[in-house]
Amino acid sequence: MNWQIALPEIVLALSGMAILLFGVLYRRDASVPCNMLTLGAFLVAAFLVLSTPDGSGYGDLFVVDAFSRFVKILILAGAALALMLSFDYNRHEGIARFEFPVLILFAVVGMMTMVSAANLMTLYLGLELQLISLYVVTAFNRTAIRSSEAALKYFVLGALASGLLLYGISLVYGFAGSTSFAALASALNAPGGASPGLVVGIVFVIAGLVFEVSAVPFHMWTPDVYEGAPTPVTVFIGTAPKVAGMALLLRTLSTPFGHLSLDWRLLIELVSLGSMILGALAAIGQTNFKRLMAYSAIGHMGYTLIGLAAGTEAGLRGALIYLVVYVFMNVGIFAGIIAMRRHGRVFEQISDLAGLARTDPALALAFAVFLFSMAGIPPLAGFFGKLYVFLAAVQAGMWTLAIIGVLTSVVGAYYYIRIVKVMFMDAPAPAIDQRPAMVSFVAAATGLFTVFFVLFSAPIVAAAQAAAQVLFG
Amino acid sequence: MIATIGFYVFAVILLASATMVVTARNPVHSVLFLILAFFNAAALFLIAGAEFLAMILIIVYVGAVAVLFLFVVMMLDVNFAELREGVQRYAPVGLVVGLILLFELGLVLTGWHFAPSAAEIRMSPTPTALSNTAALGNVLYTRYIFLFQLAGLILLVAMIGAIVLTHRERGTARRQRIGRQNARQPEETLAMLNVALGAGIDEIGILRPLPDPAPVGAESHALPHAAEPH
Repeated sequence: MNWQIALPEIVLALSGMAILLFGVLYRRDASVPCNMLTLGAFLVAAFLVLSTPDGSGYGDLFVVDAFSRFVKILILAGAALALMLSFDYNRHEGIARFEFPVLILFAVVGMMTMVSAANLMTLYLGLELQLISLYVVTAFNRTAIRSSEAALKYFVLGALASGLLLYGISLVYGFAGSTSFAALASALNAPGGASPGLVVGIVFVIAGLVFEVSAVPFHMWTPDVYEGAPTPVTVFIGTAPKVAGMALLLRTLSTPFGHLSLDWRLLIELVSLGSMILGALAAIGQTNFKRLMAYSAIGHMGYTLIGLAAGTEAGLRGALIYLVVYVFMNVGIFAGIIAMRRHGRVFEQISDLAGLARTDPALALAFAVFLFSMAGIPPLAGFFGKLYVFLAAVQAGMWTLAIIGVLTSVVGAYYYIRIVKVMFMDAPAPAIDQRPAMVSFVAAATGLFTVFFVLFSAPIVAAAQAAAQVLFG
Repeated sequence: MIATIGFYVFAVILLASATMVVTARNPVHSVLFLILAFFNAAALFLIAGAEFLAMILIIVYVGAVAVLFLFVVMMLDVNFAELREGVQRYAPVGLVVGLILLFELGLVLTGWHFAPSAAEIRMSPTPTALSNTAALGNVLYTRYIFLFQLAGLILLVAMIGAIVLTHRERGTARRQRIGRQNARQPEETLAMLNVALGAGIDEIGILRPLPDPAPVGAESHALPHAAEPH
């Protein structure tokens, strides 16, 4: 048994326990060293991910390939950036405890397991590990009612989604006789199509997974959780779990259920359409920046799902590129939101940003870059993300998706650019506090990535291509 | 023959006690019937030849879960009559939804047919040369060791979460201070007295005086050092 195949996850889990032990035994405030140790563990895990050879292990429960490697690196990057943003915020809010990075780390272990899942059981356990960690960090500001309320909503709806997923898995197991992806693929390849029970099972599995990526019609929790959770947790929920959930959808639908694509493609198309339209329309009336970002996330997940609905290699490649671009844009915008602090107090209303260009031009510029990128203005990164998925949809002949996608992008551009207008044209509000160095660093790094994506996109596109080939090969 | 009779006896008792669990008015009775149901289910497992599952069912469910239920029922002031009020109000709607779901599931299940290759790829064939316990151990700790460890991680995270979200440092907590305990001298705590025959403890004043009323929590602790604020 080649157990080394899961070495990154094992090392990460063991270092999580070591950090936990260190935090408990350390006499003084352990949050700073634990944060640093967790970042170090992420770095080590990233090296191990890159050096682990392809293959499958643990009796076909776990698989490592170019796809899992690509997504894992993205998850680790998103989690590390979110953790970096949490340092100063948590200290300001009085929730800087050493358990925070440990929980983030275990959530990452869960996500990495999900991405490498080659069996529905691995998938479910990884998902639960991730979700339970997320519920806890959502409630981390336990004295704030909003935080507890968000966590409770997330928990109840998440438990419901897990139930749906499990029910679907049990139906699939009952009808196909296995939970292993490879065995499912061969069992479902039989002529004569799938039995209706199997299709019902797959629909339930899709429902459970769509909840993960907060796409319509399982998006209800997103705005409340985004608004109520401590902002670094919102950053985290908005990046790594979305990537992991989307990767799970891509792998599950194209590997074991690939032969039934006729049955699920329409479903994914509808989910994608609904997400894009709701993301565009519901965001218009929002005044709270975090809520707005929640609807924006729903929309972005809709665009990503276009790639899956296209059902081609180019579509999967487009979806992966979109995820990369989305993670960096999202972290960048939230770095700006975390910097929104006046006299030590957090504020989240868009109107509070009025005239930011005059009081803090650098931050306003960074905001503008990310917002324009989210709106899909060339030559920023967001444009290329959209370009690749729309291109794939057109090549696959899915004109409806492509046209609706372009139209909703135009609507989305309205509310993104309205924020830019508030920052650059309106009469200035009082100046905001000095930004913490770490926040500036994250904003600058993601900003540079977004602006210069066009220059170094070739290796990322190549890696996404290789990853998509695995699922189609 | 005996096994068949046994099966029906245990099955009938199981069903009856399960019905009593949900219909009994007194929650303590419910829990007791639950325990009875567990025992009968264990007997059914025994008849089916799954001795390990039977024992595990009794140890885990009766030993731990049912006792926990009893604790909850007896210690917490839950008004079960109030909880039940909603049931009658929502029963008609729930029944309609349930019937529709049942009908739909029936439609699904009538289309039940196994995938042609399902039989060959079935993952858990009945073990022949192994005892039940060894076979379960193989499945749990060898075949699915990865999932087993993952489940352990989930429990660890749940534990961390419970502690993080509920534990708070209390200023009034009394901690053991070993250095102080070791430094205690007999003279501080012991007094040798000559007691007259037949005299009660009240008369000779053998009870040590209570320490001076300290601000917090002094009255319950007669030992001098315990009354100091920490």
